[in-house]
Amino acid sequence: MSKVLIIAEHDGSNLNGSTARAVTCAQGIGAEAVEVAVFAADGNSVAEQAAALTGVTKVLLIENPANAQAVAAILAPQIEAIAKDYSHVLAPSTTFGKDLTPRIAADLGVPQISDIMRVESATVFDRPIYAGNAVTTVEAPAGIIVGTVRTASFSVAANGGSAAIEKREVNAELPTHTRFVKLETSGGGDRPDLQAASKVVSGGRGVGSEENFKVIYGLADKLGAGVGASRAAVDAGFIPNDHQVGQTGKIIAPELYMAFGISGAIQHLAGIKDAGTIVAVNKDPDAPIFEVADFGLVGDLFEVIPELEKALG
Amino acid sequence: MKILVGVKRVVDYNVRIQVKADGTGVATDGVKMSMNPFDEIAIEEALRLKEAGKAEEVIAVTIGPKAAQEQLRTALAMGADRAIHVETDEEIQPLTGARIFKALADKEAPKLIILGKQAIDDDNSQSAQMLAALSGWPQATFASEIEVEGDVATVTREIDAGLETLSVDLPAVISADLRLNEPRYVKLPDIMKAKRKPIETETIEGLGIEQAAAVKVLKTSAPAARQAGIKVESVDELVAALKEKGLIK
Repeated sequence: MSKVLIIAEHDGSNLNGSTARAVTCAQGIGAEAVEVAVFAADGNSVAEQAAALTGVTKVLLIENPANAQAVAAILAPQIEAIAKDYSHVLAPSTTFGKDLTPRIAADLGVPQISDIMRVESATVFDRPIYAGNAVTTVEAPAGIIVGTVRTASFSVAANGGSAAIEKREVNAELPTHTRFVKLETSGGGDRPDLQAASKVVSGGRGVGSEENFKVIYGLADKLGAGVGASRAAVDAGFIPNDHQVGQTGKIIAPELYMAFGISGAIQHLAGIKDAGTIVAVNKDPDAPIFEVADFGLVGDLFEVIPELEKALG
Repeated sequence: MKILVGVKRVVDYNVRIQVKADGTGVATDGVKMSMNPFDEIAIEEALRLKEAGKAEEVIAVTIGPKAAQEQLRTALAMGADRAIHVETDEEIQPLTGARIFKALADKEAPKLIILGKQAIDDDNSQSAQMLAALSGWPQATFASEIEVEGDVATVTREIDAGLETLSVDLPAVISADLRLNEPRYVKLPDIMKAKRKPIETETIEGLGIEQAAAVKVLKTSAPAARQAGIKVESVDELVAALKEKGLIK
């Protein structure tokens, strides 16, 4: 029988919603146990949030001052020390998971399945390649299966569970060659997190400037939406990098995605394929974004957005 | 110090790929091939470190078929000093690729290895991390800024929460993200000059590499297509449509 270990992503106080999506993915494996490991300096609160997720059978809390930040080279040996007890080790396919799990897989001498989007069996999975323009069905070889979970493909596991929390001491030699210096967040204020938001308002090159991006933020606030951007807008310095949506940015699945001044390069479309409803507003009637939009409106975003705000009251 | 840089031959990022009807993969016959864009950024960064006096030699490495020499020539034309071609017609997965780079690193003793953060064909994003693990070296993935001072690199990383800075001891493996730099354009005289730069050929067997257990690809299929939508003529029409779906109040 399968036993799944999920590595929790968190910021020290809150469990990241991507972890709850990985739990849903693990349900598809038909495992007898789905355990979540929380590596933290002081992780009681995060462990409690993980224990409340439906489907989680146990939470392991590994506390160590060295775990105050998620540094792959420091977490990996600790995970490897406990991985032998599991058939699967999974983490969300966020920058946290992408950084961490290949290091574990290589140390364990097994390949990794990146971006699991569908579970066919305990050993067979679907994953996207070529920016999601093709899907491969792959089978893992014998041994521990290490993978990352494409979060946009799975819903969030509901609250309502009450798994036991077990504190663990892990014996592993931790390297000193990698030191956390600082984290600069772009300070999104009270706006919902891009990867968790049910609505996202996004701007592209057509927005024109950092100053003009205020209209995007304004509409987002009116809708209670998160704010996204195309690579072109980030490259041009209109908005910080952590807002980028696409193949190399964030892959998101909001109920409503509104794209303003985004032409729709395939790399961008890769990040929004799983959105419920896509709205596109662009001056160019031939923009590729219209090929995937449920509702397209040819027009100037600087005229459309004020009208939209008025209509929303 | 020496810098080793990975270069992968991939379908050009502008090509709209076609899935083969029999499910065996993606059509690559007659399709434009290029250097993986993240690898171009990796080469550029290595060259800038050399130009800043932080490195003496930049070595471009590829694993792939004979035709992958084209991408090595591009790297040499950009300014790499020499190249190593690990020639194989097999598709090499990241763990075996990492073993090959580890073997080359053992021979060349670079202080820094820079790889692209992912290849845009298989989108795995694994090689740099696996290489760092096998070498027991630090890793700094998704780099948007690299500063090297003595035996330490300070690396800014693009992560979901913002920009994270790590300090790593060298030798280390760094993976290049989009905003690390803008790669230079290759000029014709450089292309001519690159033809005289050396490319050393190796084989997987010659390096004594045992291939890792591989993920087996059972089939490749086209993704579920989104239903084509409609064009609305006005904001009022758009608002009505979104209200009907219950997406806005």
